[in-house]
Amino acid sequence: MKAIGIIAGGVFRDSIRDRIAYGLVFFAVLLIAASFLLAQLTAGQDVKIIKDLGLAASSMIGLFIAVFFGIGLVTKEVERRSIYSLLSKPVTRSQFIVGKYIGLVMTLLINLSVMAIALYLVLAYFDWVTPASVKAAWESSALDPRMLKAFALIGVELMVMTAVTLFFSTFSSSFLSAVLAAGVYIVGHFGDDLKHLDVTVNSWLLPVLGRAAYYVMPNLSRLDVKAAVVHAEPITGAYMAVAALSSGLYILTLLVGATIIFSRRDLQ
Amino acid sequence: MATQRAAAGRTSGLQWLVLVALLSSAVASQVSTDGRFVQRVSPPDVSWIRSPDVMRRATLGFNALGADIYWIRTIQFFGDTLRSRDPNKNYDRLNSLLDITTGLDPHFNIAYRLGAILLSEPYPRGAGRPDQAIALLEKGMRAMPDKWQYPHDAGMVAYWWNRDYTSAAHWFLKAEALPGAPKWLGQVAASFLAEGGARDSARGLWAEMAANAEHEWLRQAARRGLMQLDAEAVIESLQQAVNKFSDENGRFPSSWSDLIGSRRIQGTPLDPSGEPYALDPVSGEVDVARESPLYPLPGRRPRP
Repeated sequence: MKAIGIIAGGVFRDSIRDRIAYGLVFFAVLLIAASFLLAQLTAGQDVKIIKDLGLAASSMIGLFIAVFFGIGLVTKEVERRSIYSLLSKPVTRSQFIVGKYIGLVMTLLINLSVMAIALYLVLAYFDWVTPASVKAAWESSALDPRMLKAFALIGVELMVMTAVTLFFSTFSSSFLSAVLAAGVYIVGHFGDDLKHLDVTVNSWLLPVLGRAAYYVMPNLSRLDVKAAVVHAEPITGAYMAVAALSSGLYILTLLVGATIIFSRRDLQ
Repeated sequence: MATQRAAAGRTSGLQWLVLVALLSSAVASQVSTDGRFVQRVSPPDVSWIRSPDVMRRATLGFNALGADIYWIRTIQFFGDTLRSRDPNKNYDRLNSLLDITTGLDPHFNIAYRLGAILLSEPYPRGAGRPDQAIALLEKGMRAMPDKWQYPHDAGMVAYWWNRDYTSAAHWFLKAEALPGAPKWLGQVAASFLAEGGARDSARGLWAEMAANAEHEWLRQAARRGLMQLDAEAVIESLQQAVNKFSDENGRFPSSWSDLIGSRRIQGTPLDPSGEPYALDPVSGEVDVARESPLYPLPGRRPRP
């Protein structure tokens, strides 16, 4: 447990100090602030656009950090040969994988919290300057706490994507890991299309393959409630729990898979 | 040490000077080329993707953001086309932009309500397509079956632009049956079925919308509707005066001064927006002027 903590702390410190991560989060905060200006271009949809852009920027920047830091978690250690000194200490390969994962997830969750605070600050200002007569037309209040549900599920999605990227980085190059992770992200958002391929394709094999891919791949579209919270649609606690639990099982599967592959890898 | 600091200061000052000089020359080059070369006309904006389903898949979970971008494009397209001086301005893309916006975010309330107004408004101030406006509102009804505002707006389009009182009454009855709908919608429907387009009923509808619609743009459209109703009433009495003048003189008045001279009216009549009404000396037809923001009135064909 201590070894996992030390490795996670190392990853967390490295990524927090990294200028690229700083830059990305700064960019997201800037984008969220700029949404205030963008909202002026539209007809009566200002608060919706600030929320949409804020949630989308947080999700997108989080995804960039998850993929581009995730691909280097194992490969960088191997390329720099620092893995040898690390594994010569009393650290198992599973502890190494789990430590790396937890470290990056901690970074992501802190970055996500910064972006959530930035969005709420922009919305608080917008709420303050908007007359009550205009606010009456809003579907939900500017500081609607339900947006935290969207942030929570974005966090879960980023945890899944970090596990996916880490899994690929145990056996492939950085570039290939990024491509494969992007593939999983795309397929993960086509979940319902894959499940119902028989409606659009005139073949018996493709729908079977599509359904198999649907059940094997994590269904990331289920974690996307951004539009729903902006439109004040109810997101139940049960929905959140099931989505998080199912994602947790995928994360565990990926981490176990990554450990098995990494344990068999000959690093001599 | 002091000498070194002074030298560093001089270098830094020089760098700033070079920077300012470079920027000035860049601006000067821009100014000089601007006047010398003909500006290239940018190609017309094209919607490469017209299918909401394709767009929904392409945005990979960022559908709501995609809808916002398309909504901004819709507003800009409408504004640019409205302001364009092109005699053949074309609103054809408006419907597909709205279709993609509402396809990406099926709960985009304002896109249905304001979109229907932009589509139904007669050419050249809008697309002049009440059929597309009603189809858009029907799409909204499928996405949000409990929203009484969509059948209400469809009823307004059917009544105001199509003058189809039976269809309007059908929509108002449908709206009245939905949760939260005002009960007077049923009375309006009954009056439409009994008396056709009673002006008082229409005034009540517009007045309610002008007071209670959730967005300023919708309230603006309702205030315009009220002004058009007022203009219609004034045009009716002006038309009577013109016809009487024609009966007595065997010709239509050549201008409002003929009617002022014969003491039928007291001065040049102005519509509620402040523009003088138009009088056609050949046909004797009275209408709002083309320059008026109330032009064209519903049920009247746009003049060439």
